[in-house]
Amino acid sequence: MTTPTNDSPTASGVHADHDYNFAFLDEHTKKTIRRTLLKAVAIPGYQVPFASREMPFAFGWGTGGVQVTASIIGRNDVLKVIDQGADDTTNAVNIRRFFTRMTGVRTTERTIEASIIQTRHRIPEAPLSEGQILVYQVPMPEPLFRLEPRRRETTELHALADYGLMSVRLYEDIAQLGAIARTYDYPVRVNGRYLMSPSPIPKFDNPKMHLNRALQLFGAGREKRIYAVPPYTTVESLDFEDHPFQVQRWQHACALCDAPDSFLDEVIVDNAGRRLFVCSDSDFCAGRRAAGWRGSGCPVEPLRSGGPDCKKSVP
Amino acid sequence: MTEPLLVVDGAGKRYGTRWACRGVNFQLHSGEMLAVVGESGSGKTTLLRLLAARLPCDEGRVLYRMRAESAAESGTLTDIAALSAARLRWLARTDWGYVEQHAHDGLRLNVSGGANVGERLMALGVRHYGRLRGEALEWMRRVELDTARIDDLPATYSGGMQRRLQIARNLVTRPRLVLMDEPTTGLDVSVQARLLDLLRKLTEELHLAAIIVTHDLGVARLLAQRTIVMRDGRVVEAGLTDRVLDDPQHPYTQLLVSSVLQP
Repeated sequence: MTTPTNDSPTASGVHADHDYNFAFLDEHTKKTIRRTLLKAVAIPGYQVPFASREMPFAFGWGTGGVQVTASIIGRNDVLKVIDQGADDTTNAVNIRRFFTRMTGVRTTERTIEASIIQTRHRIPEAPLSEGQILVYQVPMPEPLFRLEPRRRETTELHALADYGLMSVRLYEDIAQLGAIARTYDYPVRVNGRYLMSPSPIPKFDNPKMHLNRALQLFGAGREKRIYAVPPYTTVESLDFEDHPFQVQRWQHACALCDAPDSFLDEVIVDNAGRRLFVCSDSDFCAGRRAAGWRGSGCPVEPLRSGGPDCKKSVP
Repeated sequence: MTEPLLVVDGAGKRYGTRWACRGVNFQLHSGEMLAVVGESGSGKTTLLRLLAARLPCDEGRVLYRMRAESAAESGTLTDIAALSAARLRWLARTDWGYVEQHAHDGLRLNVSGGANVGERLMALGVRHYGRLRGEALEWMRRVELDTARIDDLPATYSGGMQRRLQIARNLVTRPRLVLMDEPTTGLDVSVQARLLDLLRKLTEELHLAAIIVTHDLGVARLLAQRTIVMRDGRVVEAGLTDRVLDDPQHPYTQLLVSSVLQP
């Protein structure tokens, strides 16, 4: 499988590179990673060790996600790569270019057209459908990291489903700060069993993981772990009965597309510190604008007292 | 006579060719306190760790009476070596308590006192912040800790307070057996006295069985009905505390008793 059929330059003007095996990794490596993925899917939320390879870029730049994507991608797949929700950020552009060169597959920015979406830090706003695969880049797969430094001990805690430690952390947040302070990488319980780190997505995206129709795969290259959430699997965010899980809400709508309920990025637009709130999901925002939605386009006055704009409300 | 809660049957632990403790036999009933005395290095702490299943026995066995399924029957006496890791962990965080000699082993120093008390409850699945907090306050009151310090880190507590916090943290699940490793060591005399009073009160109220490892004969005299004396990993004398201390039979016990300063 060394001669790609797709020989035409792609939209970005990058040619498929025939000197490498399809999708860069050799077939044996892809096979071992696929076997790891099967195990991960069979035990939702369980971190399966795998022999992470050296990739042609540094750990921390999505090597885990790239290895997962490289192992599952086929010639008929359509790939979308996002970084912080956007298709045009450095990490996304580079990884998309990498796969274009290494596979020649078609890439897209449209969420609904993609069969594989590799993501860093976000889940697309548009609902995913059956048959789609969401691949997460994970820096630290161990949710008990920072609470229990011994890897051997955390493995045992997972085996015994002994997750009191994480509740202690959440209790401590409420006791010291009045609310659970975790806003990203918010711990979840998968299929009622394993505690899982959802990778550093904002907690805003946590509810989207629950009973999602798409297959969700997580790759941590440096830490050499793969885990998965199969379609239609329960994913609950940890909380207390009297301090239920809440997602972020903003006072503003998107300045470009007026979306009232999407995840907003705050962009400083001038030296006076005025800020523009825009959708972090660039495809979602562009889709709404194409459908005729228009935002105010007005920057918001800078914060004076230093209070957060992000208002908490009941989910 | 009720049936024993804990039966130690010839328990021993070896490090290399050297036996840290060997041939220990005794029984413990609910509501009873047993003191283990002896000089440092005599195998007291090793024995305690065998009883808590933190170390496996190299010979003999430790039997524990599991909690009965219904009130009518009494639980079965089970060899703790035969229990699964999950079961042991469950026992260790519900039915047993272990008060460590050093606060950093027994407490989480980077989370508040309240979180320390609530940890066992959270591990058992309590998911109501208000209730956890209520329990924490209640137990801090019972061990005479200032409830205003519930959100302070235990690292800022004094030695005596840390010891009491450990006790609260262990008793919150109403265990039936509490193991204490030198609970009064390193505390000044008045704090010691208050802690001993507190321990006596709590064990009586909760009908606890307790084993106290100590090298302080006064602690044994005050708290324990029975005392065993250890030397070089062997039990050299065992009996009612008053008998052992007033009429020591073994030369080593005689030496131990006579070396206590009388004020």
